[in-house]
Amino acid sequence: MSNKIQLELSQVGIDFPTPKGPFTALKDVNLKIAEGEFISLIGHSGCGKSTVLNLVAGLYQSTTGGVILEGQEVNEPGPERAVVFQNHSLLPWLSAYKNVELAVKQTQKGRSKQEIKEWVEHNLELVHMSHAADKLPSEISGGMKQRVGIARALAMEPKVLLMDEPFGALDALTRAHLQDSVMEIHAKLGNTVIMITHDVDEAVLLSDRIVMMTNGPAATIGEILPIELERPRNRIALADDTSYNHYRHEVLKFLYEKQRKVESVEDHRKQRQKNQSDLSSGRLKTGTNQE
Amino acid sequence: MSRQAAITFMSAKTKLVNFSSVKASLASAILPVLGLLVFIGLWNMLAKNIDTSLGQFPGTSAVWEQAQVLHQEHQTQQQKAEAFYERQEKRNADRVAKDPSYQPKIREFTGAPTFFDQIWTSLYTVMVGFFMASLIAVPLGIVCGLSRSAYAAINPLIQLFKPVSPLAWLPLVTMVVSAVYVSDDPMFSKSFITSATTVALCCLWPTLINTAVGVSSIEQDLVNVSKVLRLNAIQHVLKIVLPSSIPSIFTGLRLSLGIGWMVLIAAEMLAQNPGLGKFVWDEFQNGSSESLARIMVAVLTIGIIGFILDRLMLQLQKWVSWDKSTAMR
Repeated sequence: MSNKIQLELSQVGIDFPTPKGPFTALKDVNLKIAEGEFISLIGHSGCGKSTVLNLVAGLYQSTTGGVILEGQEVNEPGPERAVVFQNHSLLPWLSAYKNVELAVKQTQKGRSKQEIKEWVEHNLELVHMSHAADKLPSEISGGMKQRVGIARALAMEPKVLLMDEPFGALDALTRAHLQDSVMEIHAKLGNTVIMITHDVDEAVLLSDRIVMMTNGPAATIGEILPIELERPRNRIALADDTSYNHYRHEVLKFLYEKQRKVESVEDHRKQRQKNQSDLSSGRLKTGTNQE
Repeated sequence: MSRQAAITFMSAKTKLVNFSSVKASLASAILPVLGLLVFIGLWNMLAKNIDTSLGQFPGTSAVWEQAQVLHQEHQTQQQKAEAFYERQEKRNADRVAKDPSYQPKIREFTGAPTFFDQIWTSLYTVMVGFFMASLIAVPLGIVCGLSRSAYAAINPLIQLFKPVSPLAWLPLVTMVVSAVYVSDDPMFSKSFITSATTVALCCLWPTLINTAVGVSSIEQDLVNVSKVLRLNAIQHVLKIVLPSSIPSIFTGLRLSLGIGWMVLIAAEMLAQNPGLGKFVWDEFQNGSSESLARIMVAVLTIGIIGFILDRLMLQLQKWVSWDKSTAMR
């Protein structure tokens, strides 16, 4: 990890139109991310974590401020900011290999046939999925699908890898395996990573910095916690580590004391109305968790 | 429980399972046959009690008899046609032998079309109409599904014309075809074009609507994948939109073909265009004592062909679609 700032969010804010006027989801988000850094975004449901990620991905456009990648403003999606979606979102009619191949063919047009094949195989190998290259997504488990999703994103050779709660839908054991794989890949490739998570342990284990978000509306960054644990990190060794537990405690304190969230019925109703209006304007993601 | 007892218990259990699965497969084989038998029984029982001005309503045996008669008529007609062409060839050969400058003319056999000729005409017509409609409806449906503005513009037209009976179109189509399709040596007969166009007008809507719905309900995540990969519009349609909406497109196509087949028979009856519908109408007008049985043969044939067409579409869908579960219905 160098100290060069690669990605910058500057005064980022976003309003969503609703029938009752604009709804301010994010306000004054400022963040500088160095090349090769692993950042986790953590916060309660509905605080706008996914919105931040979608802004960086270019899938949403900010109302105020902007996202700057290597000196250039981001205003449309592109392969240099590859996304690993929560629900893997592999094309169900293509095999694992073909899914990765589509991304390679599309993003690296200079490669020869042989180079494409090697690069696809290399990326499947990286996520330990070579054995299931010819399987359709419906024929492999959730964890395996997510591995292929990561391989597809990595195959685009992204400057920044964006992961939207990549392991949210997986069971605890599978999640642990995938976390280890992600640490291994990050150590090997040194990509800049922004990951959304709900899981405090996951955030502490994987991140260089944890970005904790306040509750919406007009959510913003509450605190940033640098994690100075040595890499490579081992989950079993860290379980008894005092500094690990200190970091964990800090995050929990932020989430459950400083930003305690009791969902009232009124809030729930508002949230539903918002979702409905999003749906009617066609913005709602079809995934299960709308942040 | 001793080991021995456990094994006996286990094997008894497997037997039980096997028995119930055999029972299930037996039931699935027998029940349809049973249903058919009950239908035939009721039909024959009721037929005996219905007296029409054309005689008693035909039972199974009368219908079977007429089916054979229709087959014979077809064979006799074919023989006649063969004999006709043979005579013609011989005559031409004789004339050429007498006068080498003579250009022999081949005249078409003009015997009345048989039941089987009518089946073929109807099948051919419905397929052409169906393809014409699909060629328009699928691309238009994709456009409607992708663009809210296109959908908003086309939706009123869909809502307006979808409930229109094809038979209301028929006189208009007939007049337009007579006026527009003028040719000294027409490739297709006018009646064929009229029927096919009427079929196409009805086949449009289910395919159009189902395609639009399928395309507009593509998972947002897949659309986002396409955006991140920066697929252009054509690649987006070919790589993401089409494969993902194949199941709903086929639902629409199957509905369309079913409707098209029903509409065609009615159109042929009304317009006196060649085909199964005309056969039914001619038999009705003919009013002989066999007419009802012959019509019944036609009714059953129409049903069987409709069923086969649907199965063929299903097979095609299974073949093209990645989602094997939706293709089962």
